[in-house]
Amino acid sequence: MSSEAKQILTTDGIPLEVSLKKAERKNKIKAFLLVAPLLLFLVITYIFPIGEMFTRSIDDKMITNMLPKTFKEMENWDGQELPPEEVFSAFYYDYKALVEKQEHGKLGQRLNKEKNGFNSTTKRLFRNIKRKKIDESASIKEQMMKVHKNWGKVEYWQAIKRTAPPYTLAKYLKGMDMYFAADGSIAQVDEDRRIHRILWLRTLEIALFVTVFCFLMGYPIAHLLATLPMKYSNLLMICVLLPFWTSLLVRTASWMILLQQQGVVNDFFVMIGLVADDSRPEMMYNKVGTYVAMTQILLPFMVLPLYSVMKTISPSLMRAGKSLGGTPFVAFWKVYFPLTIPGIGAGCLLVFILAIGYYITPALVGGASGTLISNQIAYHMKTTLDWSFASAMGLMLLTGVLVIYWIYNKLVGVDNIKLG
Amino acid sequence: MALPSYTETRYRIWHYVYLAICAFVFFFLVAPLFVIFPLSFNAEEFLVFSEGMKNLDPDAFSLRWYKDMVYGTKNPWGLAAKNSFIIAIFATIGSIILGTLAALGLSSRHMPYKGIIMATLISPMIVPLIISGVAIFFFMAKVGLAATHTGIVFAHIILGTPFVVITVTATLSGFDHSVTRAAASLGSNPVNTFMKITLPLILPGVISGGLFAFVTSFDEVVVVLFLAGLENTTIPVQMWTGLREQLSPTILAVATCLIILSTLILISAELLRRRSERLRGINR
Repeated sequence: MSSEAKQILTTDGIPLEVSLKKAERKNKIKAFLLVAPLLLFLVITYIFPIGEMFTRSIDDKMITNMLPKTFKEMENWDGQELPPEEVFSAFYYDYKALVEKQEHGKLGQRLNKEKNGFNSTTKRLFRNIKRKKIDESASIKEQMMKVHKNWGKVEYWQAIKRTAPPYTLAKYLKGMDMYFAADGSIAQVDEDRRIHRILWLRTLEIALFVTVFCFLMGYPIAHLLATLPMKYSNLLMICVLLPFWTSLLVRTASWMILLQQQGVVNDFFVMIGLVADDSRPEMMYNKVGTYVAMTQILLPFMVLPLYSVMKTISPSLMRAGKSLGGTPFVAFWKVYFPLTIPGIGAGCLLVFILAIGYYITPALVGGASGTLISNQIAYHMKTTLDWSFASAMGLMLLTGVLVIYWIYNKLVGVDNIKLG
Repeated sequence: MALPSYTETRYRIWHYVYLAICAFVFFFLVAPLFVIFPLSFNAEEFLVFSEGMKNLDPDAFSLRWYKDMVYGTKNPWGLAAKNSFIIAIFATIGSIILGTLAALGLSSRHMPYKGIIMATLISPMIVPLIISGVAIFFFMAKVGLAATHTGIVFAHIILGTPFVVITVTATLSGFDHSVTRAAASLGSNPVNTFMKITLPLILPGVISGGLFAFVTSFDEVVVVLFLAGLENTTIPVQMWTGLREQLSPTILAVATCLIILSTLILISAELLRRRSERLRGINR
């Protein structure tokens, strides 16, 4: 048999295989073109800017561009003892150029972050340049050392050399309360100044506890909703969906009213004699408020996935378990509970992901001890304007969330997310 | 849920404990919303139930804060409501168009790299809002759309499309593609087929996705806080400032209106869901 004979031809004489492949490719392109507008839109306005956050977070070109001559001369300096005359004079001319452009202040501030005392050291040099006190024909090294004794200290020159690379991971280290020490090694900040580590741990702690609370409260009602007859469960489902559809700020506002010292919850405690009227406990502006409010707000996200899994479990399985001699508790634990694990995984991961990035509710009801990592990011974006640090912290948080998202995707699949 | 007559006492007790737990959780979920309602009719300026209110004294109730919400001279609620509705409506339209098209492509069995593309399209729902806020702010500032309505609408389209993609994909999962082939074989062009056959069938999913997108935009505050100038203030932004600075009862009047709005949206979403299930032939 010849090879042509094996091929089946379509009516226009093209082999079927080729024709099919062509049709397949056409369909692929068609499907892709439908997705393309949204994909393109998201990539440009969203995915790409998140990538830009990364370049912003490691960007350290400012000094690199300010002291070009100095860094060129420094390449020949071993960094062990005081640099030679050439480095001094290169720095002097770089700095003089900055003074002319009136950008010397920025350099002083930035170097001061690297090593304390740089601000006054550079200011002294600035005043001497302004008064034209430096004789450019003589040795600049000696004159600068006379201007301020810090110029004669090797640590200060090492600090300048450390700022040479255009990229730095310093912001990431700062987010973990670490920094680059003088010799370039990574060091921990003093114990009493480790604020970020506290924030990370607190964010994790709150997200974990809120997830546990949501699970403990969500499991029974999801079970009830799944086992009740339709006409009752539909009615009760509204109790879950109404908070779900209600504005986050409305729900936060209602918790602020409930939990305040003269609020309804405290009134109730006084009424039943749990606490005295004059010693009403503070329930807002601390962790209690954050836990209570966030649990109520995120509870629907736990109930809905659990419910959709429980709905598919046939009640006859429990009956079979009981008929085979299991007590109701054993039947529940050995038969029903294992079947709900996919729902538990989905609900817990969803609540955890949402809780870890929470911002509004902790900011309003949490007070100082309810501040989470998101609040810190917003603070650096708006108040200190340290955008590169905010970007670095944001990306650290994002990495954590993406890992969980990846697990979620493996376990549940994003296309299985159910809404309402 | 009735217990069989042979149930042992301890399981009987456990059953009632379980029902009590459920009752408590339902109460915990819904009760906070109903506190706002009576307090918004408070005649006084404090956010606590006054003695008069506890005794149901009619003088303790008034519409004062609702009047303040509508007519108050210094109140930005009118502008905020207008902005909120304009932004939410345009964001919803944008989300529906982009999201439905993408869902149509994603449900095709020919779609390449389905998993990764789906994960990308859903990501704005998963990424913490604060990070989305920072990223979108950087972009909008660069293209000069910060503090404009357009910028906020674009931001809300980003946040709203995942909901449309999810609901429409779900509706399409039970979609019988032979009806579109039948239409094509009868000489209908693809656009006509979509408008006359596909769209009416997936409409419940499209609308409920749209409702999600609307609520997302209407309720969104984190990203708007980054993007909005004074003229772009929205209801959530005003509530946020109000709750942080001075808790005035006017906020509760606004909140009551929002609860009524969300109830209406919930009812329509629920009706749509039932209709969609009927159309897809799912009997429960």
